[in-house]
Amino acid sequence: MKLELRGVTKRFGSFTANDRISLTVEPGEIHALLGENGAGKSTLMNTIYGLYAPDEGEIRLDDEPVSFNGPGDAVAAGIGMVHQHFMLIPVFTVTESVALGYEPTRAAGIMDMKQAREKVLEISGRFGFDVDPDARIEDLPVGAQQRVEIIKALSRDAKVLILDEPTAVLTPQETDELITIMGQLRDSGTSIVFITHKLREVRAVADRITVIRRGAVVGETTPKSTETELAGLMVGREVNLTTAKEPAVPGDVSFSVQGLTVLSPMDKVVVDNVDLEVRRGEILVIAGVDGNGQSELAQAILGIREPVAGRILLDDQDLAPLSVKQRLAAGLGFVPEDRSTDGVIGAFTVTENYVLDMYDTAPYAGGPGNVALRLPVMRKAAQTQAERFDVRMGSVDAPISTLSGGNQQKVVLAREMSRDLRLFVASQPTRGLDVGSIEFVHRTVIEERDKGTPCVIVSTELDEALNLADRIAVMYRGRIVGIVPVTTSRDVLGLMMAGVPLEEAKQQAATHHTMLSEADEMAEAEENK
Amino acid sequence: MTDSGSQPGTSPAQTSKQEGPWAEAEGRLSRALRDLGQTSWLVTVLSVVVALVVGAVLILGANEQVQGSLSYFFAQPTDFLETSFQVLREAYSSLFRGAVFDWQASSVERAIRPLTETMVYSVPLILAGLGIAIGFRSGMLNIGGQGQIILGATSAGFLGYALSLPVGLHVLLALAGGIIGGAIWGGIAGVLKARTGANEVIVTIMLNNIAIYLLAWLLKQEWFKQTGSNQPLSSSVDDSAQLFSLLGPGFRLHAGFLIAILATVFVWWLLERSTIGFEFRAIGENPEAARTAGINVTKATALVLIVAGGLAGLGGAAHVLGTEYRIAGGIAGSLGFDAITVALLGRSKPLGTFLAGLLLGGLRAGGVLMQAQTGTPIDIVLVLQAVIVLMIAAPPLVRTIFFLPRADGRPRLRKNRRRAQAGGADESASRESTLATASSGSAPTTTQEADK
Repeated sequence: MKLELRGVTKRFGSFTANDRISLTVEPGEIHALLGENGAGKSTLMNTIYGLYAPDEGEIRLDDEPVSFNGPGDAVAAGIGMVHQHFMLIPVFTVTESVALGYEPTRAAGIMDMKQAREKVLEISGRFGFDVDPDARIEDLPVGAQQRVEIIKALSRDAKVLILDEPTAVLTPQETDELITIMGQLRDSGTSIVFITHKLREVRAVADRITVIRRGAVVGETTPKSTETELAGLMVGREVNLTTAKEPAVPGDVSFSVQGLTVLSPMDKVVVDNVDLEVRRGEILVIAGVDGNGQSELAQAILGIREPVAGRILLDDQDLAPLSVKQRLAAGLGFVPEDRSTDGVIGAFTVTENYVLDMYDTAPYAGGPGNVALRLPVMRKAAQTQAERFDVRMGSVDAPISTLSGGNQQKVVLAREMSRDLRLFVASQPTRGLDVGSIEFVHRTVIEERDKGTPCVIVSTELDEALNLADRIAVMYRGRIVGIVPVTTSRDVLGLMMAGVPLEEAKQQAATHHTMLSEADEMAEAEENK
Repeated sequence: MTDSGSQPGTSPAQTSKQEGPWAEAEGRLSRALRDLGQTSWLVTVLSVVVALVVGAVLILGANEQVQGSLSYFFAQPTDFLETSFQVLREAYSSLFRGAVFDWQASSVERAIRPLTETMVYSVPLILAGLGIAIGFRSGMLNIGGQGQIILGATSAGFLGYALSLPVGLHVLLALAGGIIGGAIWGGIAGVLKARTGANEVIVTIMLNNIAIYLLAWLLKQEWFKQTGSNQPLSSSVDDSAQLFSLLGPGFRLHAGFLIAILATVFVWWLLERSTIGFEFRAIGENPEAARTAGINVTKATALVLIVAGGLAGLGGAAHVLGTEYRIAGGIAGSLGFDAITVALLGRSKPLGTFLAGLLLGGLRAGGVLMQAQTGTPIDIVLVLQAVIVLMIAAPPLVRTIFFLPRADGRPRLRKNRRRAQAGGADESASRESTLATASSGSAPTTTQEADK
């Protein structure tokens, strides 16, 4: 089915999220929609999926204008969507999940699970999905859960499939499988809209690429374009995809984690006997697919999660008896994973957020027992630091929620780096940021490293890990699979992220390249010509 | 990949937030509280207007003259309208004369007495309302104002007649006793919440009941009431422990009103200018971020309810030492619950709470005259209060009534209904996508507006 957008505009108040967007997705085409976080990709897709009504413009399916009152209409018209965060119920089986909302029934409204099950088998057989219809969702790996979502869309006869950042939660190998599936779907005539901000994937799978920036289409191109060209289009200026940095000059080991074990509130082991050593002036990136215990490890270092075993040592001092406040005061800089829930308080002003973990110490507080806030001192410090970190904002008295994500993160960094640090820990410090802010965050972290601070960065993006790290520790299901130098290939790292030990991963990677790395090699060869 | 036991890898983003449904419900509660505290002034004022209109309808409905004229409405509609106008004018003007200024009074003293009466009624409302407001700002719904007032009044009153101390010292000690009594009562809920996660709403409601029966029991004990009679009424507070009169014997206005002013300033300083208040507001707005920033959430949670209880206790103390002088079973009336209205109406801000306390005090004072002069039941005042709360709790309702734009700045148009429908049809998808847009920042303006 052919999907065509003509001048689709969507506004929220005075903000134009989509500005006269026109694009055509031909039948049997993989059309990549490339853009930064906040460029308006998701808004556009939600408009197509019937969640928003466009303020202007029209959507056409096979040259017929359509208008949807909700996702139900869109699904009925043959549009399927796989969201970035899956809409699955963990305790349901695959069959139940696929049937949910469109349950086939027999007489008297009794659910016909047999029919539903056959449908699952039929679709997964057609595309070689290898999904057990009776498996429970929670038992399936993420890649398989995503396939369930795809089956769900296909079971409703989707002719246009929208995949919203489908690779965000996948290992490189799972991504590879997804790419194969996308190819099969295309060959069977399904049109695919593939939303992403990852340049490598786009070049590996897309037939055509539409780049949007600030809500408007800025270019249509083919996968032949180089990554630098694509990045330039996406950001609107030339970008350095890698941050220049001097080789690390590691000093002594000053931070170590020994045999650390952390349980979830449900008493499951989420961090399993982890050993780490970080030297002064070194960045250790903890890589892995989201949800493999990295966040809990970082939280244990901060002290908001109590480990059941193991020790955390900073300069030979055991951190266990210290409260969060004492750890921060002792020189721990911590950038939490989820900016909006853990990093800042949205309703607080920029100033208040800037002093969020120093508000009760001099010079920000005074009087007996440091009970009185010194507003002028706070404001002045916030102002100075905001300028130093190039925070774009109305004023330091504005609520921080009025700032963009990148600028909020800069405030968090400014706060954490305003102290003399003995250890810097950041959990996914660039998640959801635009390229400019990512560059800034990376440079700031490297500067901190060059000051001699040991840095631990949790990252789920392989690109970031390779860009930032001096060494990479790969985590899978709470364990450290291996600690490897930054020269390790993506394929090996990808396999390790799926739990394959280093040696085995090397062997497997030697015999089997992923499509992405092949595309990389081809691109490199081309550029070298 | 078949190991079902270990979650990591299978459900991204879930592992970090496995706090169970209670935490989720708590989160929703504190979000609702935050929204309540942040309704705009306009909505607050319009809520009062709506309440007056609803009150008007009820006054007319209860009035026999109006009912009479309604029976021949179609023959002579002007009669009905005229009567209605007359009745309403009388009712509301007597309400005003009873609350602010009586222009029909024979002397200046009598003309301004209504205002002082309003101030008298407002003292415990303001003090307890400040306590509730601190709770709101800190993300806690303290329903225990009633119990805390009872404990404050009981302790202060008992110290007031059981001890013999010099003037000045006696009243200070009695007031301190009131604060401590309320603080203990609030602190029980605070410590339970901080230590065990017990929901403060439930605990404070239960503590209200315990306080009522504790007082009933005390009023049967001779050592406590010291009257020698069987009446469940304590003896009268010594002169040395009474709050001094501000305007002389013709008026009931006492120094409690000064205490209310001081407390308002103190609460403002506490919330806006002190590190303690910074912690309070931080845990109210975002406890996770507060915890990550090293704030001791447990300690702050307990402290919030201790301070809130102390203020309510002070309100009870001022009520006994300045107005009532004797402790009876119904000493607190419905003050504890009216205080919640006061805090809501004042948008949980100290000055707002002060003004709201005056307004409700005025309704109380004026209601008495209204009933006496026009026969309008004083219960109308309760209805006004209830409607105000209802309106404040549902800002969209007020916006609809007055055709105001939505809080998030979006025009109220067909699209919103559409989205609502979409939400109904595929709620999770819709919610998720809104989240996705919010987090990816596709619609910064909307999310920001909503955050305000």
